[in-house]
Amino acid sequence: MPSLKDLKNRISSVKSTRKITKAMQMVAAAKLRRAQESAEAARPYTERFNAVLGQLAASVGSSDSAPLLLKGTGKDDVQLLVVMTSERGLCGGFNSSIVKLARTRIEALKLQGKTVKILTVGKKGREQLRRDYGDMMIGHVDMSEIKKVGYANAAAIAKDLLGRFDAGEFDVATIFYAQFQSVISQTPTAQQIIPASFDAPEEAGASTVYDYEPSEEAILADLLPRGVATQLFAALLENAASEQGARMSAMDNATRNAGDMIDKLSIEYNRTRQAVITSELIEIISGAEAL
Amino acid sequence: MAKTMQFDLVSPEQSLASLQVTAVQLPGSEGELTAMPGHWPMITTLKPGILSVTADGQVLEFAVTGGFADISADGATVLAERAFEKGAEGRAAIEAELEQARAAAEAAKGPERDTATELVYDFVHLLENMQ
Repeated sequence: MPSLKDLKNRISSVKSTRKITKAMQMVAAAKLRRAQESAEAARPYTERFNAVLGQLAASVGSSDSAPLLLKGTGKDDVQLLVVMTSERGLCGGFNSSIVKLARTRIEALKLQGKTVKILTVGKKGREQLRRDYGDMMIGHVDMSEIKKVGYANAAAIAKDLLGRFDAGEFDVATIFYAQFQSVISQTPTAQQIIPASFDAPEEAGASTVYDYEPSEEAILADLLPRGVATQLFAALLENAASEQGARMSAMDNATRNAGDMIDKLSIEYNRTRQAVITSELIEIISGAEAL
Repeated sequence: MAKTMQFDLVSPEQSLASLQVTAVQLPGSEGELTAMPGHWPMITTLKPGILSVTADGQVLEFAVTGGFADISADGATVLAERAFEKGAEGRAAIEAELEQARAAAEAAKGPERDTATELVYDFVHLLENMQ
């Protein structure tokens, strides 16, 4: 049975843990709001961009002169997986769920005899993947210095990817990130970005006839690389929001668990205290009787 | 025909402007163009330059570093890579872009070099116009 002093120490240490998790939860809540705002701000651009790109892709897509970024290299032998995770831990299952999805994909691709290459964004994903797939890693993007994800960060990653694509290092690129649903649910998602894949445009693009200046092909060739950056940027923002959401609910759980633990320890403390008093009384009484 | 049209200027990070305008002057990659209500639907890419919007007789000016514009009869949407209101903050950012463009032009070879050099001139021109 632990002594009274031990119990007291444990209660105070759990209390200070609770203070920390509570503070982390509140910080995550504030950051989440900011992350959601920037994701919100980016939405109009992404939507319009994809609408125009989808329309262009539909009209040029089938021709032989279509850019490689759109129609692909015609092979899918070398697969590049871009695994986007967070720089910091303590955010519940956020990183593991993304890594798990990536792992499943890697194993499936390996069974099909494809070559797999991995590019990690964010430290946590790299740490988890390095042990099993260290030899497949071709690069890592460090985001630890970046406080707020900007378009420039996405553009830099896109430039790296496009450089590798032009050099023929891979045929297909897929990004892995968590889509933000709500504070308690983030869905790990895999999305193919090279060659570009689009959802069919909802409204028939043929209803308005557009003039293109310069030609459709030239615009498409200009827009596709930007499309990669835009998609990466959207994924980074979603990921940032998801990370904070996951951290918020993880810390909320931790705070609640700490509270439960304090209650339990307090009851034990009180019981022990009573037992000590009782045994002291018995000692005094039996001492008095002996006289 | 409507006298005004909806104009939106959005960059990946934020929406800079959304208002009713009478005319938009754009730095198209094939040359400057002005879009007014009732314009034939067109999509054009942009080069670095000044984008000016006329609304209520007032002229608003923005600096854009590239992107594209989607123009239709009842509106124009500019999707800019980076866009700034005229001012010191934008200037500094564009100067940084210019440096990058210069470096890229130095490194480029063959026909790419011409496009890269052209981009540098566009940036220089833009900076002159921002004063």
